Amino acid sequence: MDKIPDKLSSSSEKNEVLNLEETELRLGLPGSEFSDKKAGNGFSLFGKDLKDETNNGFSQNPLKNIFSGAKRGFSDAIDGSNKWGLCINGGSEVDLGKNDVLFSPRGGGNVGVKNTNILQSCQPTTPQPVEGKKIEHGSTTPASKAQVVGWPPIRSFRKNTLATNLSRNNDVTGNSGPGCLYVKVSMDGAPYLRKVDLKTYCSYADLSSALEKMFSCFTIGQYASHGLRGKEELSECHLMDLLDRSEYVLTYEDKDGDWMLVGDVPWEMFTDSCKRLRIMKGSEASGLAPRVIEKCKGQN
Amino acid sequence: MQTDPNPKKSKDSPSNSANTESTQLPSPFPDEVLEKVLSFLNSDKDRSSVSLVCKDWYNAERWTRTKLFIGNCYSVSPEIVARRFSKIKSVTLKGKPRFSDFNLVPQNWGADVHYWLTMFANVYPFLEELRLKRMTVSDESLELLATAFPGFRALSLMSCDGFSTDGLKAIATHCRNLTELDIQDTDIDDFSGGWLSCFPENFGSLEVLNFASLDSEVNFDALERLVSRCKSLRVLKVNKSITLDQLQRLLLRAPQLMELGTGSFQEDLLPGQIGDLGNAFGNCKNLQTLSGLWEVTSIYLPVLYAACASLTFLNLSYAALRSVEFGNLLAHCPNLRRLWVLDTVEDKGLEAVGSSCPLLEELRVFPADPYDQHLHRGVTESGFVAVSRGCSKLHYVLYFCWQMTNAAVATIVQNCPNFTHFRLCIMNPGRPDYLTNEPMDEAFGAVVKTCTKLQRLSVSGLLTDLTFEYIGKYAKNLETLSVAFAGSSDRAMQFVLEGCPKLRKLEIRDCPFGNAALLSGLEKYETMRSLWMSSCNVTINACRRLAREMPRLNVEVMKDKESDDSQADKVYVYRSVAGPRKDAPPFVLTL
Repeated sequence: MDKIPDKLSSSSEKNEVLNLEETELRLGLPGSEFSDKKAGNGFSLFGKDLKDETNNGFSQNPLKNIFSGAKRGFSDAIDGSNKWGLCINGGSEVDLGKNDVLFSPRGGGNVGVKNTNILQSCQPTTPQPVEGKKIEHGSTTPASKAQVVGWPPIRSFRKNTLATNLSRNNDVTGNSGPGCLYVKVSMDGAPYLRKVDLKTYCSYADLSSALEKMFSCFTIGQYASHGLRGKEELSECHLMDLLDRSEYVLTYEDKDGDWMLVGDVPWEMFTDSCKRLRIMKGSEASGLAPRVIEKCKGQN
Repeated sequence: MQTDPNPKKSKDSPSNSANTESTQLPSPFPDEVLEKVLSFLNSDKDRSSVSLVCKDWYNAERWTRTKLFIGNCYSVSPEIVARRFSKIKSVTLKGKPRFSDFNLVPQNWGADVHYWLTMFANVYPFLEELRLKRMTVSDESLELLATAFPGFRALSLMSCDGFSTDGLKAIATHCRNLTELDIQDTDIDDFSGGWLSCFPENFGSLEVLNFASLDSEVNFDALERLVSRCKSLRVLKVNKSITLDQLQRLLLRAPQLMELGTGSFQEDLLPGQIGDLGNAFGNCKNLQTLSGLWEVTSIYLPVLYAACASLTFLNLSYAALRSVEFGNLLAHCPNLRRLWVLDTVEDKGLEAVGSSCPLLEELRVFPADPYDQHLHRGVTESGFVAVSRGCSKLHYVLYFCWQMTNAAVATIVQNCPNFTHFRLCIMNPGRPDYLTNEPMDEAFGAVVKTCTKLQRLSVSGLLTDLTFEYIGKYAKNLETLSVAFAGSSDRAMQFVLEGCPKLRKLEIRDCPFGNAALLSGLEKYETMRSLWMSSCNVTINACRRLAREMPRLNVEVMKDKESDDSQADKVYVYRSVAGPRKDAPPFVLTL
């Protein structure tokens, strides 16, 4: 009575795996292929091929690829929070190896579809960790995310506590949680916006190179090549150089609703007050430049 | 107890006349001596061994045992216990299978303590301590406990359910000699914090008070007065409703504390208040354990520094700290032996652990956001390796991560060969080595080959039968094994059942193990405490066969609604001298 599905057998049978996987709704970075097994690539039902983008200029930490500017297809324009019916292995590190599919081995032909342990949903919703209490045993109630009951193995009390913290923080700032601070990034002339998590960067240089990669398809120009130096405070004179030569300026909207030039304040203060970022065309930034020019003059 | 000066008198003692076994020699020394000697034995294992020597020793042991430990409440019945032991003062009872922590066991499954308590009320009215884990406890039970045992002193409830704060009111009101009230990881009906005000005004014997997992606000004045009165208070773990300001006042009342669980750390304090709080912490010279720290913001961490020098256990698993502030805190804690953190500290934070905590023995890294799979942040293999480099005494680890490599694990166990507990959870089920794309077999192979003292192992990632072949071949001290989404065939489970002589608990979920695997352990299961298998390939008929052939095993099956009739979705097998349990709910099939 061997109902072991292909996925749990040896790697030589991986080709058979693909047929089944193609019928599954999966979650992952758009644009990578089904058969791609490299680290750093996910896949989706639509989107461009990102295979060549895997490690080009990215940080060594594959975890950062996701939000340090991994190029994504159009599907990601929708705030990157699309969540379709879910396989646990969704995400940039999806490895479509045999055991990457999460379902009971008894599934047989009903791969991932009719499994009592997976709660499936076909609606895109914002990510919320599902509270432990809400997962009914073996039920197929649609949830905001498909989950496997009891996995990862974390006690209900801990799950509930962390979930409460997360949602409480979300209420307060709308975007952040214990470990993230998402802000929108727009670029003048680009057809869509992006979102970045400011907490994943520790300096302006970090942020700058990430944005560079994210938006370089729209030619950010020499702004990118100089970038912001590895100091917490931007040197005003460097910025002067950039403004002279580059087309774009990085600005942000602070808590008061004012548009400010990125780089004036210490990094921590910046992340605390930044609500959104805008990569502004240099010509429109002229209103901001005089402050900088004055500062430079003041220093000299 | 006085020593009988005339050894020959022992011939007339009841135990000798009842001694119908082969030996006809008089006992070499009187019972009283033997009992006196045995009364020094505390370990359950030792007492079990002693009781097997001969009838005299069995009796002497059972008359002197005061502490009862029952690892599976259904392995024995209250009646059997009552018949054998007469002097029990302390009971530890564990109920549901561990996977009930993860919602795999439906409500009302059982493990209700009430029947035990009614027996205890009759046979052990002098009961002093009750420690329950994964049991269902009703308010009625708590009321019985509070009123039927005049000398009752210590109550510890870990991962229990079924009661409310009303039950706690009974405990606070009636237990005049209470020294310990310890409630952990418990989801209960928290109606109000009024229970705390039920401690009488002249009551001052508490040594341990832990209500961290309760939500409701307690009356702070009552708490402050209680803490002032309890001069022997050494453990105080408050809940989130206690503010920093209130915490400071409590610390002033109880500078002798050894274990502190703070309340919420999120509050706007004036600079003067921050200073006061820092001083209050500084006054606590005996602090060994620090926990709580919910919603701690990095600004306030420095108030803890003054108390950190003596810390041996730091539980930051509810505090989403980042690596920098975490590193700064760690620099003040050179004596840490145990550390629990959230993975928000990331690899960098773990590097700080490696460099700041040379005495570290236990590390647990929990995921802050275990379901948000897109982000996949947290810690990686590098963090684990960094810790292993700096902490050679590490022997207990629980590590949640999204990626791992065989090479990293091999390095880790080379640096730390003394692991007794190795629990690695790669949160993507079935994930291979992310660099080589191979199964994680060699990682766990390295663990079992190198760590000869390994008692507990949790495996994860893409695993073939080879992992289990390694486990069976090398893990000779293994007692607990947890397996999920792993293995290729029945052989895997067979390797383990055949090869691990000390195996006591085996819990398996979502693995391709079928009837052959289940039935290969027929005799083995009687040497174990329990087996759990869920979402595997086992049929009810095979379970029936197991039950038939092994009458001293209880074989229980639970079915999922959608599965077909022949499947045994959840199987729980455990040895028992009490026979099938009588309180099984309708959804539990006892075979």
